[in-house]
Amino acid sequence: MTILKGKRSLLMMTLVIPLWLSFLFLPFKGIRAAGILFVVMAAAIPLSKLAADLIGRIRSPFPDLRRFVPEGARLNFLLLIPALLIPLFGQDYITDVAILSGIYIILALGLNVVVGFTGLLNLGFVAFYAIGAYCYALLNTKAGIGFWSAMPLSVVLTTAAGFLLAVPALRLKGDYLALVTLGFGEIVRLVLNNWDTFTNGPNGISGIAPPFLAGTPIGRLSWFYYLVLIFVIINAFVMKRVRSSKTGRAWMAIREDEIAASAMGINTLMYKLYACAFGAFWAGLAGTLFAAKMRFVSPESFTFMESVFILCMVIIGGIGSIGGVVVGALVLVFLPEVLREVQMYRMLALGCGLVFLMVFRPQGLFGGRNASSSR
Amino acid sequence: MLLQQFINGLTLGSVYALIALGYTMVYGILELINFAHGEIYMLGAYLGIIILGFLTAIGLTAYSLPLSIFIMLALTVLFCSSYGFTIEKIAYKPLRNAQRLSPLISAIGVSIFLQNYVMLTQGATDKVFPQVFGSAGFELFSTRITYLQAAIITTSGVMMAMLHVFVMKTKTGKAMRSVAQDKLMASLVGIDIDRVISITFILGSGLAAVAGIMVAMYYGLVNYSIGYSAGIKAFTAAVLGGIGSIPGAMLGGIVLGILESFGSSYISSEYKDAYAFIMLILILLVKPEGLLGKRGEEKI
Repeated sequence: MTILKGKRSLLMMTLVIPLWLSFLFLPFKGIRAAGILFVVMAAAIPLSKLAADLIGRIRSPFPDLRRFVPEGARLNFLLLIPALLIPLFGQDYITDVAILSGIYIILALGLNVVVGFTGLLNLGFVAFYAIGAYCYALLNTKAGIGFWSAMPLSVVLTTAAGFLLAVPALRLKGDYLALVTLGFGEIVRLVLNNWDTFTNGPNGISGIAPPFLAGTPIGRLSWFYYLVLIFVIINAFVMKRVRSSKTGRAWMAIREDEIAASAMGINTLMYKLYACAFGAFWAGLAGTLFAAKMRFVSPESFTFMESVFILCMVIIGGIGSIGGVVVGALVLVFLPEVLREVQMYRMLALGCGLVFLMVFRPQGLFGGRNASSSR
Repeated sequence: MLLQQFINGLTLGSVYALIALGYTMVYGILELINFAHGEIYMLGAYLGIIILGFLTAIGLTAYSLPLSIFIMLALTVLFCSSYGFTIEKIAYKPLRNAQRLSPLISAIGVSIFLQNYVMLTQGATDKVFPQVFGSAGFELFSTRITYLQAAIITTSGVMMAMLHVFVMKTKTGKAMRSVAQDKLMASLVGIDIDRVISITFILGSGLAAVAGIMVAMYYGLVNYSIGYSAGIKAFTAAVLGGIGSIPGAMLGGIVLGILESFGSSYISSEYKDAYAFIMLILILLVKPEGLLGKRGEEKI
């Protein structure tokens, strides 16, 4: 086993690469910081390479985590028990974060239908989330409609929006489709931001009523948490059933090879439309829950970065894998809370992490052979 | 009034065109939407401020302003090209044969990284670009053109002309065109693909750096988040002109700039940023190959 390939690569790692990167860093923080960066990297790069070589068989710094996860039903129970207990032991703060992560799980699983199952890259998914949230906010504050009657309405409207965007957009493929969705997301945000008379512009809408249950408002966090949890369980269950249904198989066939799929008699356009509408359906639900939880919505919550954030959840866990996406969402919501001390650096780390994940383990932490390419 | 808006649009459009060239060249060769390209432009704006500040501190600006502007441009281009080169080596090169989605996600990662990198090292507040040109100008057909606007339009024109000559007349340019047509064939006739791709990134980043400096001078303010919207607009320009086509990117940038300028003065300035997106969606739906692009055949 060769630990290092000769003198040249050692020179590259201890001198050339650190020197080059410090040179790039130099104008931004001055000569001292660049010097420190050089020393750190000159030590860290060869050491990490050495460590990676010594471990040998593990070629990537991101190990295949599926080995540690029990299969099937056991996993669901393992996740469910702590999930049920969170509000009993945790403080309000933890319950709050847990509610948020539940909403993100619904969103990420919705996007997973589009990106993971069907292989259509959507960079404007947040638009549907925004439409769902604003639908409930407007129906509630302007028309006085309660949560339970408004939810179906806003979900139906969001699904319709997903369908309507998909009809023209699906004529495009790959990167072009991604860009149209991105443009759509930005236009929705700009409209929400500028249509002052209807959406109250950048100030947003406040005073949204919480959901009522048997005549009393769900004000307590723990009750709201269980409400979200029920939706998450329904969502995950439906996703699991849909994936192995005829529709799910058709989606995955399209993802693997669209031409082959249509040759097998799958109406690819129809199934892609279903996927977009189905994804938007869950985004609408998540949006409604978000508006009811926050009791306030503003365009600031629905930026492009939010779309990227949801996409990251899908990708980090493993594109197409339901458990992976759930873990991805949990990691991305909880990790920033844990890393509050170093909050400034978390986005920096997220960017770096995405690049390294793609370079060393493009199928995601939990992705397996099921989740292959999306062209 | 009409002519004034035209000049404003032309100024902005020529900057978009410079950035769009970087997108279109990379897309032509790698079929990758280089999401981080807008951030290179942002780095250019910041580096311009930093280097000009340094030159003022050592007293060179007081000695000779043209010389220090020249040094600033040269150094900024050098640094930005180095960034472009490094990003390609770290984030895109290992993914050259990966699935289609991977390089795009990697590019988004680079973009997030660079934005926060600049925010952490330079602060989150707006930075002011020193007004070296002032607001002096001249009148032409009863339209006021500042010297800065004239300089931006001329510089962009000269740079685009130089790029055109480089791509059409030099050996490296020929190699670039052949790699864009067919990578495998190009490598069979002895073209070093890696080198050509590196050169593409270096050139594109250099152009974006110049664009960054010029916009920083034009608006006077720079923020770490400017790369995103400029990047999207420049990409729209590239798609409008026909992605992969260099003259297309120039035309697309100028058309988009003028459109935006007219749109915000005659329709509504609140939706200034939306015009580019609406434009993008319309082109992709109606004429995805763009104004000057060729319709690609789908490879099975």
